[in-house]
Order: sequence, then C-alpha cells, then structure tokens
Amino acid sequence: MTVPAVRAAHPVRPAGPSGGAPGRRRGGRGGRDGRDGRRGGRWGVHAFLLAVSLAFLAPLLLAVYASLRPYEETARDGYFSLPSRLSFDYYRQAFTDSGMGRYFLNTLLIAVPGVLITLFLASFTAFAVARLRLRGSLLLLMFFTAGNLLPQQVIVTPLYVLFTKVPLPYWLSDSLTLYDSLWAVLLVQIAFQLGFCVFVLANFMRTLPREILEAAVVDGAGVWTRYRHVTLPLCRPALAALGTLQFTWMYNDFLWGLVFLSDGDKLPVTSALNNLRGQFFTDYNLLAAGSVIVALPTIVVFLLLQRHFIAGLTLGANKG
Amino acid sequence: MPKTAPRRARRRGPRRHTRRDRAVLCVLLGLPILLDLVLVWGPTMASVGLSFTDWDGVGDITWAGLGNYAHLFTDYPQFWPAVRNNLLWLAALGLLATPFGLLLAALIDRGVRFSRFYQSTLYMPVVLSLAVVGFIAQLILSRDQGALNALLGGGKDPVDWLGDPDLNIWMILLAACWRHTGYVMILYLAGLKSVDPTLKEAAAIDGATERQTFFRVVLPALRPVNVIVGVITVVEALRAFDIVYAVNKGRNGLELLSVLVTDNIVGEASRIGFGSAIAVVLLLVSLGFIVTYLVQELRGEERR
Repeated sequence: MTVPAVRAAHPVRPAGPSGGAPGRRRGGRGGRDGRDGRRGGRWGVHAFLLAVSLAFLAPLLLAVYASLRPYEETARDGYFSLPSRLSFDYYRQAFTDSGMGRYFLNTLLIAVPGVLITLFLASFTAFAVARLRLRGSLLLLMFFTAGNLLPQQVIVTPLYVLFTKVPLPYWLSDSLTLYDSLWAVLLVQIAFQLGFCVFVLANFMRTLPREILEAAVVDGAGVWTRYRHVTLPLCRPALAALGTLQFTWMYNDFLWGLVFLSDGDKLPVTSALNNLRGQFFTDYNLLAAGSVIVALPTIVVFLLLQRHFIAGLTLGANKG
Repeated sequence: MPKTAPRRARRRGPRRHTRRDRAVLCVLLGLPILLDLVLVWGPTMASVGLSFTDWDGVGDITWAGLGNYAHLFTDYPQFWPAVRNNLLWLAALGLLATPFGLLLAALIDRGVRFSRFYQSTLYMPVVLSLAVVGFIAQLILSRDQGALNALLGGGKDPVDWLGDPDLNIWMILLAACWRHTGYVMILYLAGLKSVDPTLKEAAAIDGATERQTFFRVVLPALRPVNVIVGVITVVEALRAFDIVYAVNKGRNGLELLSVLVTDNIVGEASRIGFGSAIAVVLLLVSLGFIVTYLVQELRGEERR
C-alpha cells in the first residue's frame, strides 16, 4: 500500500515535464529557513536523529553481541559484560545441529518463485486494469485490493480444509495432498500478495505517458506486445521496489508456514526459528545467532536495493 | 462530471481486440482472478458460513446458528482481553508510532547530512520478521538475564517484563512500535519528496513559519499518504500475530484475536466453527476500514 500513496499525492505537483525542481530542493538544504539559529537547530536535529538511530540499532547490536558469546558467560555475567571470548560457534551450531540450511532452501523455494510469479501476474493484471480501458476495471482493482486487506486468519480454516482435500501425486508432494507441501504456501503467498502488487502497479502505470501506448496500437501491436515490450520495461523501478518489499514479506512470513505445513523439515526459516528453542532449556545466545542468520538476507537485500527501493517509492515525482 | 463523456467515447473507440488478444487476456487475467477467488474470497465466504456451525474438522458439520457468537461474547474468557489488546495495539501504532514516524520523516526530508544513514537505520527493524523482533524482545526483557534488568540493576527483585500479564503487553507494544515507526517514516519520506516545493515557497513568502507551513500546507497535501498510513496501521494492528506468538504463543496477557483464531482451528481443540466466528468478528472490523478506504480511493478515481 506504499507506493499508491505517493502516486496519489501527485496532483499537487506542477504538470510540467520537469516536474518541479527536485535538484533545487536537494541543493536547498534548509536554505529557506531563517539564517539565524539555524546552526543550533541543525545540531539539535542531528543529536536527535543520532540518538533515535542508535536506540533503534541497539537491540540488533545486542543480538549480534550475544550471539558471539557462550551462554555460560552471559548467564553468569549478564549481557552487559565484557567478553572473555568471542566466537562464531553458535552460528556453526545453528547451521549444523538444527539444519538452518534446509530451512533456508525451503524459504527460497517459496519466496523466489513467489515473487516472480506474483510480479508477473500482477503486472499483467495492472496493465489490463490501467491501460486497456476494459469495462469494470475499477471493480477488478477493488476486488484485488480489498482481498489483500483481509486479515489472514479469516481465510485460514477453509484453506486448510481445501488443501487437505486436494490430492497431489507423490512426485509433487510426499504428503499426497496440497496440505503439508510447499506448494500450498507458495499458492497462498501469490494469491494474497497479488492484490497489493496489482494496486501499486496499476497506480504506477497510470502515470506512464499514454502516447507511447497509442503509438504501439497504431503500429498494430497486440495486447501481449503492448504489455511485454511497451509497458513492462517502463515499470522497472516500480517492479524493483515491489520485488524488494515482496521478498521481505514472503521471507518473513510466519503464519502460512505454521498452518499449512506439519512436517518440521518443510518449514520456512522464519517459522523454524522456534526449533532452536529447547523444550526445557533455551540457549538464548544460540537463538540470537539464529535470529541474526534469519535477519541477514532481508537486511542485505534492503541495503543493496535501497536506492531502487526509495526511487521506486518516490517514482512519478518527475513524470507528467 | 463533464470528464466522463469524452472518456467513454474514447473507450468505445476503434480498438477491437483480435482473437489472440482475447486469448491472452483470458489466460493472464483469468489466472489471477481465479487464484484470488479460490484462495482469498472463497475462503472468506466459507469462513462466514462455518462460523454458524459446529465442526471439529473431521466429523459432521452441524448447524449452530448464532451459538458460537453467543458463546464468544458471553462465555469465552480470552475474548475481551484479546479485543482490548487489539485496540491497544491500534492506539499504540496510531498515536505513538505513526506521529513519530512522521516527525522522523519530516526531519530527514529537510535535507540533513547523513540522511541515508538515518534512513537505513530507522528502516532496519521493518525488514526483520516479527518473529525475530519477538525473540529480540525476549533477549532484552527476560526476567533473569534480560538486558533491561541488567541495565536497571534490579538484582534482588527483577521485574518480569514479559511474564507479568499487566506489564507484558506494553513491552510488546513497544517492540511493535519500533518496527512500525520505520515503516511509516519511509512512506512519509516518499510522500514528502513528491510534494511540490513551490507550495512551501509560497507559504514562506506569505510569512508562514516552518511549523505552520508543515501543518497547514504540506500535511494537507499529503492527505493520500495519510489515508494509506491509516489503513496500514489499522491492518497491522488487526493482523498482529507473529510477535506475541513468538514470545509466548499469545497467552498470559498477550491474547490477540488472531491468536485465538489460530488456537481454535489449528490447536488440539480444532473448534473450527468457533474459531471462524472469531475470525468473522475480525473480518467485520477490518471491513469497516476497508470499505472506508475504498470509498476514498473511488472518489480519487473519479477526480482523475
């Protein structure tokens, strides 16, 4: 639901092709503020932002720190103590003893095709809704959008029943049903996230210049060509932003894996984190290592794609 | 609405789809519609239906009328605490995290140096799964070795932040806000970048202070973003699940509607009819917000 907000904010923007003067605001660095007292205010802002940033980071840093120390040590001295020894033992342990590798694979088997299929289907739907002037396209848009806003728990039971009733051959699922197979989770992810992606992409496509599409029509391009070769390439920034978001969401999903998988070996990595928790004794430092391992991919993806991500969100700010 | 007439005329225009076009449309539009119907809307309807029945998931389905609802409202001790917690969640995200996120976005948008650093740091918790957030909350808040108690030095009589049912919901809310703030911030940041700077200039020329400009000019221009943020906040508050489930499976003071649904249908009890009734309550509340939101969208659509 992110991007549409931004898109919808556009009417306030001048219609000119340069779309306001982004360069100007960048250089403006508070140039419009009063000159006096600006410096003092600036330092205040920095101090505030820095303090908040550190407060936001602190829990993460604590988790990393804890994961590097043996449990006996922190149990004796608490987490706020100087380490006598730092090691990556817990990371090794998380991978070997609890088979994090396999859970990662499960997650990737869901998230990668999930993101790709969702983006593909959603982009075509959005294209049809926003660019083809079909009848009832607004209704269609609502059908998808509202679907995404429903609470997940509302659909859990019937889906559970449905999935246990759908047989699958052994080579597709060793449980012989859709229930307790990665397919179930993949399907739900796609269906549920479609709404969000359609909404975002449809809003984005509305900002693309119509002339390009008109020209393609005049050239006799069919629906598929207009989608694949005319519209899709222009959507790359929005797709990048959405891809990042979707990957994060599918990766972080907890409920679907919990509900639709019964075989512990098939759990995605987020749901499997609980396996590191012992029945009677929980080694929190091991759990910390597990958390860091689980959190790392999404953090890396975000940091790598950050520029595209923000650009995708702010996109349209310089489009007519 | 004078605009609709030419539009409709255009729509009827010379464009006729060929057979191949129609085939492409049928497949690529039909597939997502089918998926959404079968896996989202169908189950939603089915949930409503099931909420009027008694069913253990295996045996016969018997009609129960409003029995589940009566039981839920009068005789299910976890229900009202769960409602209360969901409302608290809504209040915390809406009244604390959202304004704070807006403040951070406004500060960063003024073009301070190192804004990229601040932005990434503040957004970092958002990419974490709530399960991880729940675990980190334990690391900090657990009674015996938690970092917070170590910091407070409460050696003899440590506070049980997560175990005390009067206390734990507030701590979990803090963790939820930690995550929500960054989300709101990035939305507003994106929105603020698209606000026309000449608006602010005009306000400044008219002698408005920075504060006045922000509240009277910039914020109203961000209305669509506000709507989205509102919807997201509501949805997040109603959907909240992972974090309490990761901490203690949503028991002992951390009840939530979503947890009750999950417990009833997945747990050993398998009271599917009853679980569905809780889900329908959740659905009705959500629908209120969804419909409001869609009406807003529709109006925007007409203006376009």
